[in-house]
Amino acid sequence: MTHSILEAKNLHVAFNGVKAADGVSIAIHQGEFLAIIGPNGSGKTTLLNICTGYIRPRSGSVLLDGHDITRLSPRAIARRGVARAFQIPQLFSAQRVIDNMMLALAATDGLWTAIRPLDTGARREEAEALLDLVGLADDADRICSTLPEGHRKLLDIAVALALKPRLLLLDEPTSGVSALERFPLMEALMSALRQRHITALFVEHDMDVVARYASRVLVWNAGNIMAEGRPDEVFGDAQVRERVVGVA
Amino acid sequence: MRTIVAASAVLILAVLPVAAPWLQFVLTVAIAKGFAALGVAVLLRAGLISIGHAMFFAASAYGVAFLARAGINDLGLLLILSVLVAALVGAIAGMFLVRYRAIFFAMLNLAVSMVFYALCAKLYGVTGGTDGLPVPIPAVFGIAVGEPVFKSVLFYLSLALMLLVGLAVQRYLNSPLGHALSAVHSNEIRLEYLGIPVWTVLLIAYVISAALAGLGGAIAGFAIGRVVPDFAFWTASGHLVLIAVLGGIGGVPGAFLGALFLELLHSAAVTVTDAWNLIVGMTLIIVIMFLPQGFYGLFSRKEASSL
Ligand SMILES: Nc1ncnc2c1ncn2[C@@H]1O[C@H](COP(=O)(O)OP(=O)(O)OP(=O)(O)O)[C@@H](O)[C@H]1O
Ligand SMILES: [Mg+2]
Repeated sequence: MTHSILEAKNLHVAFNGVKAADGVSIAIHQGEFLAIIGPNGSGKTTLLNICTGYIRPRSGSVLLDGHDITRLSPRAIARRGVARAFQIPQLFSAQRVIDNMMLALAATDGLWTAIRPLDTGARREEAEALLDLVGLADDADRICSTLPEGHRKLLDIAVALALKPRLLLLDEPTSGVSALERFPLMEALMSALRQRHITALFVEHDMDVVARYASRVLVWNAGNIMAEGRPDEVFGDAQVRERVVGVA
Repeated sequence: MRTIVAASAVLILAVLPVAAPWLQFVLTVAIAKGFAALGVAVLLRAGLISIGHAMFFAASAYGVAFLARAGINDLGLLLILSVLVAALVGAIAGMFLVRYRAIFFAMLNLAVSMVFYALCAKLYGVTGGTDGLPVPIPAVFGIAVGEPVFKSVLFYLSLALMLLVGLAVQRYLNSPLGHALSAVHSNEIRLEYLGIPVWTVLLIAYVISAALAGLGGAIAGFAIGRVVPDFAFWTASGHLVLIAVLGGIGGVPGAFLGALFLELLHSAAVTVTDAWNLIVGMTLIIVIMFLPQGFYGLFSRKEASSL
């Protein structure tokens, strides 16, 4: 059995009676690329919110490397090596693309050692390399708010990568990204993950992307897992095809 | 290029009082207010408007008066200690205030500063009430000096500090901490997820801004020779916000430009009319409508057009 980086046990969360997590348990194993698919509103983003400390579950616990992190803040969890890219990009919109990247890089350098400028030259190069990876090299000096939605999405992913995480949680990385850019993005992402030994979980609506890149798939429905397995196994399941793949 | 502009501006300021001696006092006070407005402008970066920063201005001026009464009689030491007093008051108030945002932050700063004002005005035995306290002329590097010499020393020292402190603040704003401060305004969620503690980033900014206001207050106290509760009155705080907005939130020079403009306008206006507030109000309207980046925007068009 491979070591699991993150484990969520028996999570319960409800919003106004709607159960977004209903006794769900998951484990993310070292080195895998785990996909979560499921209909809109089934609680996928809520799971990421719980695992990163943004919301507290009513009951259940989250373990990172066996340590309970259920009650920690997003900041504390981030500092333990978990990064997140959001369904709706979370950027510093008034700042330049490159500054968004350099601040993320500086955050892992230890902000307090730095009376030096944010732009140390070396840091800019590192930021540019990451921007290049996601295909944003030409946008480095643009103000974030002027980026098209798809590019904001790419930047959000690059920012998460800049944190040099051990575990990366991606909430629909390809949504809003044009069909043409989708596979190049996934290729770049996969190679970055492999190169840097990053384990990842990604919520995804594009079944082609899931089929091609996921090493394991969890099928979400109404706050719980209805199926689990390799992509070909899951997509062969008649119930999954009807409830999830068809809908998505 | 910008260094040349800044250097020549400081040079012009340095020789102005030689030509017109009455300007020395006006310019000293303008620089003092520029420091305090710079403090306000630092917090503006995070989208936080403090309508209470005159409190730190006053706290430090009272600090000088108390310390002088306690027997400390050296300009440099008094300046350093009084700025520390302001920073300490800032750290205590900031720990609680930087949890708030928007109108709550503005109003709580106002409220705390009004409590401070009331204490200064009412604790007659300690603060001298509305009469305030005298700020005596200290020794300069151990040398006792007369008033005219001291006032000149104070002016040139303020000019030098404007450059040095201005550069230091510029450096802070360009550092990761400074960028994190602006990022608070954009997206606190992302900051948290980067593992950056928003509260700490804001507290550091708050203490720096209080120290800047304190530096201004100490200089003003020395220049005027007295500290009164009105130093801390809310209109004085409003004045600082006005200067910060006039100067534009863009850069460090803006705060000093705004303060110089307003003080010079003030001294020109009072000689011809008593409608001083009318003039200030009109000026502000014009600046906000036509120069949304403040005066500083006039000198940094490049940054503006990159938007
Ligand atoms: N903070 C919240 N307050 C109230 N209701 C919420 C909150 N967050 C999520 N919900 C509700 O919980 C349910 C699950 O939402 P969630 O965003 O986790 O779904 P999702 O699977 O990510 O959906 P999508 O595919 O549309 O992103 C939805 O009914 C949603 O309206
Ligand atoms: Mg979602």
